[in-house]
Amino acid sequence: MKKQYFNPDDLKKFGDITQHQKELGEKFFEYYGSVFKDGALTMREKSLIALAVAHTIQCPYCIDAFTTGSLENGSDEEEIMEAVHVAAAIRGGASLVFSVQMMDHAKKMSM
Amino acid sequence: MGVKQRTKSLKAKKSQLSNTFYQLKVLKKGVESGNGKGFAPFDQKLDEHNLQSLRPDGIEIFQLNIGKLCNQTCSHCHVDAGPDKGDEMMTREDLETCLEIIEKHKIPTVDITGGAPEMHSEFRWFVRECYKLGAEVMARCNLTIIVANKKYHDIPQFYRDHKVKVVSSLPHFSEKRTDSQRGDGVFEDSIKALQLLNEVGYGKEDSGLTLDLVYNPTGAYLPGSQATLEREFKRKLKRKFDVDFNNLYAITNQPISRFLEYLIHTEQYESYMEKLINSFNPATVEGLMCKYTLSVSWDGCIYDCDFNQMLDLKVDAPGQHISEFDPKTLSERKIITGQHCYACTAGAGSSCGGEISE
Repeated sequence: MKKQYFNPDDLKKFGDITQHQKELGEKFFEYYGSVFKDGALTMREKSLIALAVAHTIQCPYCIDAFTTGSLENGSDEEEIMEAVHVAAAIRGGASLVFSVQMMDHAKKMSM
Repeated sequence: MGVKQRTKSLKAKKSQLSNTFYQLKVLKKGVESGNGKGFAPFDQKLDEHNLQSLRPDGIEIFQLNIGKLCNQTCSHCHVDAGPDKGDEMMTREDLETCLEIIEKHKIPTVDITGGAPEMHSEFRWFVRECYKLGAEVMARCNLTIIVANKKYHDIPQFYRDHKVKVVSSLPHFSEKRTDSQRGDGVFEDSIKALQLLNEVGYGKEDSGLTLDLVYNPTGAYLPGSQATLEREFKRKLKRKFDVDFNNLYAITNQPISRFLEYLIHTEQYESYMEKLINSFNPATVEGLMCKYTLSVSWDGCIYDCDFNQMLDLKVDAPGQHISEFDPKTLSERKIITGQHCYACTAGAGSSCGGEISE
């Protein structure tokens, strides 16, 4: 088998993280399950947020899981891509906003 | 605009899958390219959850597939319907037998499906007769038929006049996703048809005219929460097209017929079956539609459900044809199950009326 850091089948084994620390693992899944239930935000909205975050943290498992989750909850490609652009805008903006510091410093250093 | 056919029927393609024995073999033994590990038989799964074999509770819905002729050839169609299926239509004699059964056994609901049932030459006569008998009539209308040809333009008025409950497929509020499953032009024509149905009162509050939509995933995934999907469909269809409807039914795609072909072709058969089986929900079993529905094929044979019909698994009772209809022996039968039943028990469950268990 080809050695790789990310194996798509590992996503199916996510539940195994309860091994060695059963109590904490189970608490995590209980919390996780509650977070993704319909609440003040719908499951559909939560899936899109999760998908945007997945792109930000660049987690391939989360991207697979929440692309499927978003489709299951009725989102289409247009909405999914828009969610990714929200992530990209925040990431890009977070870089660009530092340019204020850069410009201030450049100004200070210049005649 | 008119509809462009998405694909051809399995029969027209001379696919091995047009043979129900081959489909059953795949469901039982898996695909040749698969890992060969096999899946737990459905009845074994029932046993594991201490659930009895399925038995009927009565006949509330008489679901009639009056013919496979359709103006569309959708890529997921479990009926393998299409424009080339004009020779698979129920005879007037069998329709008359159905009316006798509905009247004699006081079956409350008649669910008429196809193909596009409106294309059957006796459709309007049959609906009128059911209406006279006082049965609630449901018609599974593919929407585009209403605008496909002038002779169908008055279908909304006809439905209104006979208080027909209209149940229509619209897999998505996005044109791209709908057309990718049902054919180019389907979304645009479906919206026009929905607007025409709305014009005569369907889907409008206090009209007493019910217009329900059927959502099914446009790919190898399960439907999400029916309530969430319904809310989103209502919001999007109202905002973009001023379309109203009553309820949305979320239905899981069955791994049979053309959807099975898609799963095999895209090498997703095993992962889809795994998903269905891992999502088995014992709470859905009591509400399965086979417990209160009888399904009749275009040639008058009787089945436990529409899906068994497409796999040619007739009822396990002495009278397997409407000409031998016997409610007593039918009530004592054991419902025939198979691996495809996992689609009805996955997640919140799936029936012709959508989710079974929240």
